[in-house]
Amino acid sequence: MDVARSTAAGLEPGRAPGAVTGSRRDQPAMVQLLTEDGHLVPDDRFSDFAPHPEIYPSLYRDMFLIRRFDQESTALQRQGQLALWVPLTGQEAAQIGSGRAMQAADYAFPTYREHGVALTRGVDLPDILRLFRGTTNGGWDPREHNFQLYTLVLAAQTLHAVGYAMGIQRDRATDPGAEAAATVAYFGDGASSEGDVHEAMVFAASFNAPVVFFCQNNHWAISVPSEVQTRVPLSERAAGYGFPGIRVDGNDILAVNAVTAWALDHARRGNGPVLIEAFTYRMSAHTTADDPTKYRASAEEESWAPRDPLRRLESHLRATGIPDSFFTDLEGEATEQAGRLRKAVLAMEAPDLSHRFGTAYAEPHPLVQEELRQWQDYEAGFVPADEGGK
Amino acid sequence: MPVMTIAKAINAGLRAALKDSPATLLMGEDIGALGGVYRVTEGLKAEFGADRVVDTPLGESGIIGTAIGLALRGYRPVCEIQFDGFVFPGFNQITTQLAKMHARSDGMLRVPVVIRIPYGGGIGSVEHHSESPEALFAHTAGLRIITPSNPQDAYWMIQQAIDCDDPVIVFEPKRRYWLKGEVDLTTPPGNPFTAHVLRAGTDATLVAYGPLVPVALAAANAAAEDGTSVEVIDLRSVSPMDFDTVTASVQKTGRLIIAHEAPTFGGIGGELAARVSERAFLSLQAPVMRVGGFHLPYPVARMEDHYLPDIDRILESLDRALAY
Ligand SMILES: Cc1ncc(C[n+]2csc(CCOP(=O)(O)OP(=O)(O)O)c2C)c(N)n1
Repeated sequence: MDVARSTAAGLEPGRAPGAVTGSRRDQPAMVQLLTEDGHLVPDDRFSDFAPHPEIYPSLYRDMFLIRRFDQESTALQRQGQLALWVPLTGQEAAQIGSGRAMQAADYAFPTYREHGVALTRGVDLPDILRLFRGTTNGGWDPREHNFQLYTLVLAAQTLHAVGYAMGIQRDRATDPGAEAAATVAYFGDGASSEGDVHEAMVFAASFNAPVVFFCQNNHWAISVPSEVQTRVPLSERAAGYGFPGIRVDGNDILAVNAVTAWALDHARRGNGPVLIEAFTYRMSAHTTADDPTKYRASAEEESWAPRDPLRRLESHLRATGIPDSFFTDLEGEATEQAGRLRKAVLAMEAPDLSHRFGTAYAEPHPLVQEELRQWQDYEAGFVPADEGGK
Repeated sequence: MPVMTIAKAINAGLRAALKDSPATLLMGEDIGALGGVYRVTEGLKAEFGADRVVDTPLGESGIIGTAIGLALRGYRPVCEIQFDGFVFPGFNQITTQLAKMHARSDGMLRVPVVIRIPYGGGIGSVEHHSESPEALFAHTAGLRIITPSNPQDAYWMIQQAIDCDDPVIVFEPKRRYWLKGEVDLTTPPGNPFTAHVLRAGTDATLVAYGPLVPVALAAANAAAEDGTSVEVIDLRSVSPMDFDTVTASVQKTGRLIIAHEAPTFGGIGGELAARVSERAFLSLQAPVMRVGGFHLPYPVARMEDHYLPDIDRILESLDRALAY
């Protein structure tokens, strides 16, 4: 099988600005507002939705902090403090850009890599590590942040996002005063092959649900390139379902933010779903259990390095006269965050197993109660260490 | 008290639930204008509108997955799966998502989704239209599984399932949809997750559920003619399972026979047999007997009579138990 490595050819920034679909042979035009060397470029359709320059530093700050969080988490995994880590380096713009486009009432449904989105939803970063430390399968209150828990089953949550969006729609139909909101379903290029994504898009289209499908095409599903998942650019699939599909430069935070803001607005206004394909690249390994040298050429990784999302915004900020102190302060903040993270993780202990007996069901369950009693009796049979036990 | 079929009783129960709370909605394939392939939802769309009785696109994962999202938003969706054998495209959503959401969220999230599945054989249908997959779901913690065998239970259990804050799968015995009985519309029976003793006896306990309950009662009647007194228990709830009621009965009768349509191997009967052996070993005068389907794919319609447990197979097991 000849799997074309078309990743570099796919990047054609600025070609036909604003176009949302492309011909089958060409890659679709990709929305871009900030070039690789940090220059702003206008876009007919999306510039109106672009973030205000006043918030550029805070966008940069979020990307910087989440990258550092990623590095620290990788280190914690290497030191045996976490069972696994799922890095996001390379995808900061896609995640912070889309997350920052959401409003409080919007609801995000992540997969397992959306740490940047979590940051924008106000999740306390150490809480993300509870799952990876193995003390819980959750870690935060989803309702407090409108950010659903991670799930390791790919694509399953895309349907939850659609169902939740259908719920928003119903709430608004019975109470027109209810706040307009939309959901965002995050998934990867690999997950796009799962049947659930198809059903999610069919249901979303049929019910005109206010949902934004946000696909981070980071080009790899563990070791399998995106060409194995799809013969057409992913953004073009939306046309088959009857809603807009947009490919955006996923390493350009301004473009991601603008396109997502547009899509959310479109959905909130009752115009139905949108698919966004954030064209990006996973710079690091898939997880800490992965070895990218086995399946991809370092030349490919190097070709993406100049498109680094942080460097791009940094050049722009520096060119517009942001003082050095901004960057050194941020460095200090990130280091302080790392210290807090490490302390928090080391303090994370698993709750007693009886906690699990208490959460399997919402209502009392005789079998679970019986097994809890049996287990407690069994545990009580051990002599405590200070009474001569081991 | 009105007399109605199981199908009509479920219909009436759904109507009551739809009236009771605007959070309740029905979703499934062909449940609107057609009223479902078994007409269980007949008339409900006309009464409550297409927004409450929703004809979904054809996709079981889609139905259950979006129901989960709706439940997270505060709704109480009732999903209809058209036939037992078609629940499998939705199996992933049920077992990895629906069943685990409460535990995964440390008890913060509730997903009160009900899944109705017409199940079991005996209607002379084609492949994938006659299966009994309840054990596949019972093995997953987080789900509750009930199966009514008469109109009274059908009317109330569907409403109790909708009221329950846990996900509940209601396996509806499709060959009994037309079974008639009295329904007390004013007094709900107690806890739906308990077994009912339908007939008292002293020589053996016969446990069945769903479609086999009438068969079990007929077998007990036949045994009575031979002078054997059989206590019949309708299990009603497959998960949780009411071990207490069955154990108490076995302590009295000393013998236990369990009948279900699903294959015997790895089935619900084995679980019940093991638990009762643990709890009442010294009361048992014979090994626990199981009567069920064979370890075969559900056979073609012209052979299903040989596959499904009937009165004779139950009586044969009873004889073997009495022979000890
Ligand atoms: C249903 C399912 N099948 C397989 C896996 C194992 N798996 C975990 S991540 C992954 C690749 C996912 O790739 P993609 O969707 O592109 O997302 P990415 O991890 O690159 O963000 C696979 C196969 C899984 N988690 N879920």
